[in-house]
Amino acid sequence: MSDVYVMGIDMIKFGRFPDRTVPQLGATAALMALDDAGLTIQDMQALYCGNLGQASAMVGQRILQEIGQTGIGVVNCANACATGATAFREAWMSIKAGVNDVVLAVGVEQMGKGLLGGGGGGTGISKEGLLGSGTMPAVFAEAGMEHSRHYGTTFEQFAKVSVKNHHHSTLNPKAMYQIETPLETVMNAEMISYPNTKLMCSVNVDGAAAAVLVSEKKARELGMSRAVRVKASILTSDPYSDRDLVMPDVNAVTRRAAKEAYEMAGIGPDDISLVELHDCFATAEILHYENLGLCKDGDAGRMIDEGEVALGGRIPVNVSGGLLSKGHPLGATGIANIYEVSTHLRGEADKRQVAGARFGMTHVIGLGSACGIHILEKVA
Amino acid sequence: MSEKPKDKGPLPVVSWLKGAGTNDPYLEGQKCECGAIFLGERSNCSSCGARDQLTPTRLSNKGKLYVYSIVHRSFPGIEVPYISAIVDLEGGGTVKGNLINVEPDPANIEFDMPVDVVFDDALGRKDKDGNSYVSYFFQPAA
Repeated sequence: MSDVYVMGIDMIKFGRFPDRTVPQLGATAALMALDDAGLTIQDMQALYCGNLGQASAMVGQRILQEIGQTGIGVVNCANACATGATAFREAWMSIKAGVNDVVLAVGVEQMGKGLLGGGGGGTGISKEGLLGSGTMPAVFAEAGMEHSRHYGTTFEQFAKVSVKNHHHSTLNPKAMYQIETPLETVMNAEMISYPNTKLMCSVNVDGAAAAVLVSEKKARELGMSRAVRVKASILTSDPYSDRDLVMPDVNAVTRRAAKEAYEMAGIGPDDISLVELHDCFATAEILHYENLGLCKDGDAGRMIDEGEVALGGRIPVNVSGGLLSKGHPLGATGIANIYEVSTHLRGEADKRQVAGARFGMTHVIGLGSACGIHILEKVA
Repeated sequence: MSEKPKDKGPLPVVSWLKGAGTNDPYLEGQKCECGAIFLGERSNCSSCGARDQLTPTRLSNKGKLYVYSIVHRSFPGIEVPYISAIVDLEGGGTVKGNLINVEPDPANIEFDMPVDVVFDDALGRKDKDGNSYVSYFFQPAA
């Protein structure tokens, strides 16, 4: 089977664009990725489009209506916050299967403001605030409290994740925010769901990211100088665990994906130069240091205390600013993360460049649950 | 004069709350031979895959707090703060609900604290037909 390469990739600066449509945002990112690859829509053999908010509204085809209706096959996919990673993986798989040589993957989302989750359903009264909380800040607070329960992880340690990621985003002009948030600012921000304050919740933004993926044959034809090799692409769902249906288990689904990804890539956590992981809430990031094997179980609090996961540390995590500060447009996030890691592997990340980056990992979780992990390798 | 809607009595907040409106309400699980316990009606076990092997089982009214969050911001109209709690019941089954009769402050809440499952009106919430509901809550063990 052919190796698969990212030949072009880009994202729009995340923000709020109420005057633009989802297809327009996706089209902008698609054209940026095509330009980055030096290709046109006429060169693409298929489009894999990820979007959640308009999952039944043929967003991929509407993107082509903006940039070129060439008649290629379009797959629209939705997989909660793993939507973008799923679109990218479907594109990857079509090349692995030998069906296509050059394809486009787009992730795009337009978000409202406010809380996500807490739907409920069933009989005719709201269950929110009656049978606990289904809001995302509370669900991920509870996941973090499980870590506190096991290892004594503190509110302050969770808050330090936000300090770090907000700091990183001051170096990323494509992030929603470029604002330093000292520890006391994070901890004294409005409490949403203890221990997550407002500054420990990801930002709802509009965004789009796109990638051009090619086969080895096509990559050689186009030139490898800025190509990034996809070393592993894994998608898992949540395996059964005793509390999973009441308390979504974001750990087992990630651990399974990480194990498979390292096996596919033939490398281990020590080989990874940087990680973009799913910090939808500050509590979540702590869990994933261990889930992704970046440290041993129980060591995540120490990792954040000692700065091992900050830019310049042993294994920088979310140097883009992460979902906490770059922003989290659900369907776009999985490709935006791949853009960030690819930019470092290409040595083009400017002030936030992770020196000597050779392998990078991206990780997303869609609650319900789906986990997508990609491992990327520098080529030239 | 319009006819008064027939009073159906208090309804259960979830299908697996049994005995709503009686003096013996309880939570019911669906237990598989493999030991997995589910909430709500279903045919198959998602742990071992067995089909049609689930039997209704009365869940304990005693348990221990596994984890929690204190919710300060919720949807419009939902009173805050409240404690969203996940409780492991004695003998099996994990249930999520509000932990009541505790000040919503982390200093007052300990992992593994024993709790009782209690039943009461669903905070005055009624559906569009005016029906009232019975809900379950957790409170520190008596």
